[in-house]
Amino acid sequence: MAAKKSYEEINEKIKRGEAVVVTAEEVIGIVAEKGYAKAAQEIDVVTTGTFGPMCSSGAFINFGHSNPRIKMKKVWLNGVEAYSGIAAVDAYIGAAQLPDTDPENKVFPGRFSYGGGHVIHDLLARKEIRLEAVGYGTNCYPNKKVDTIITLDDVNDAFLFNPRNAYQNYNCAINLGDKAIYTYMGILKPKVGNASYSSAGQLSPLLNDPYYRTIGIGTRIFLGGGVGYVAWNGTQHHPNVARGENGVPLGGAGTLALIGDLKQMDPNWLVGLSFIGYGATMAVGIGIPIPILDEEMLHYTAVKDEDIYCPIVDYNEGYPYSKPMDLGLVNYKDLKSGKIIFNGKEVVTTPQSSYPRARKIAETLKGWIQRGQFELTQPVANIPSADADIVFKSIPERNPGGTNLNGGNRRD
Amino acid sequence: MKNKLVCYFSAAQSEQPIIYRLVKNYDLSINIIKADINPQKEGFLVLELEGEKNSYDEGVAFIKSLGVVVEPLSETVVWQPEVCIQCGACASFCPTEALNIDRDSMEVSFDNAKCVVCGMCLDCCPTRAIQLHFEIKEAV
Repeated sequence: MAAKKSYEEINEKIKRGEAVVVTAEEVIGIVAEKGYAKAAQEIDVVTTGTFGPMCSSGAFINFGHSNPRIKMKKVWLNGVEAYSGIAAVDAYIGAAQLPDTDPENKVFPGRFSYGGGHVIHDLLARKEIRLEAVGYGTNCYPNKKVDTIITLDDVNDAFLFNPRNAYQNYNCAINLGDKAIYTYMGILKPKVGNASYSSAGQLSPLLNDPYYRTIGIGTRIFLGGGVGYVAWNGTQHHPNVARGENGVPLGGAGTLALIGDLKQMDPNWLVGLSFIGYGATMAVGIGIPIPILDEEMLHYTAVKDEDIYCPIVDYNEGYPYSKPMDLGLVNYKDLKSGKIIFNGKEVVTTPQSSYPRARKIAETLKGWIQRGQFELTQPVANIPSADADIVFKSIPERNPGGTNLNGGNRRD
Repeated sequence: MKNKLVCYFSAAQSEQPIIYRLVKNYDLSINIIKADINPQKEGFLVLELEGEKNSYDEGVAFIKSLGVVVEPLSETVVWQPEVCIQCGACASFCPTEALNIDRDSMEVSFDNAKCVVCGMCLDCCPTRAIQLHFEIKEAV
């Protein structure tokens, strides 16, 4: 009889300190040794991890009021603008935002030394941050200017809210052109001089639960060194893509929107990044526990790098101009070996996602669960899976001339 | 003998065909690893200099006689393990495997002895964990 466990049973074992928890790397060896049926009986939880650049990340902050009060029209943290088109002293600092004074790519390739991700890291490191804000003044909010120094401990609320994290799979980027290019996948040398990839592969959360059976809205996770939750499916969530026989998507597919209290996170797990010629972003550390409810879940979590494939994509023309090119697939075992074969030629590989850090996250989360500090949650609702009918859209090209928008207040 | 040197030069010195003379008069084999010259024509050269010991010593003495400051190249690329997030992006750009990934642990390490200070790693490191520590002099 196949083993079946409920969330409640697993949590009871966690509370008693008896849960058997292994990482998504360790489970592979255990299955090879004991077989699926026996391993599924023994193992209660498999922990995953990923630590890589995730641009669609940021934090909501409530600064508290100045005296007199201010309705902030624009806000800057260390010169990096935060979006303030919400309530008076609320703002959202995005990981990819640049200072107004950044030279960008005016001298190509730009350096992008500091951005929103660096601000979030500095806040977490309890560094002093310059807060500047301007307002237009109202009867209820008379102040027009704030220029001060704050730390994370000075603000009322700060929570991370990342609209798209933990991409289930990603492209392997190459450059078919004859000049080096500077992309969000790093520097791509000309004439397929390297192949860049960005996934923790067999350790990556959504690759271990390919149909999102246990990862859904409300799932408690490791986020940025603290505890967070899955808020929703992420933007560009596109689960109905081509999949291998093991259910693993053969390219980017599912994504997650994540949320968590910034104040209990750790600067080691939210790190500002600078991609030359591209921009600034942030590395986000995420770990998701997967309950082994039955043998099927164990099959999913035992997935190996050699069984996970991603598409090779040209970033010289194919990606930027959406030109369909079939350049084949490559698996993560080959990518992690340091060399792949493309068109009969050996190509060195360039990782963007940190595998050692992903492993450390999976191990940290395993420790939390083993010590009874972290219980599992059943999703409140599921996110769309492979049977969804989601169409991946582009911006429509329409002529706005003559269209009456917003009662005629058209922007010219 | 073979050594890596940093040569700091002023505007007046940069007008002179120093490399040509090192090759022609001292029979030295020269590999220019890095060169940087500012709009005021001051700058530095990182050279790998190879030749017979006598020629090498005379060649270096010649450069110094022109007023160029010559220093051995050592500990000039600094890898900060506490800033590094172990992504490994640098290793595929390092021509000498000074920055290397252990394929079992996927961890990055840096071997200063193998580094030729080409500077490729500086651009591709997203956390800027790798820095070039030249003690650039204002006026030589």
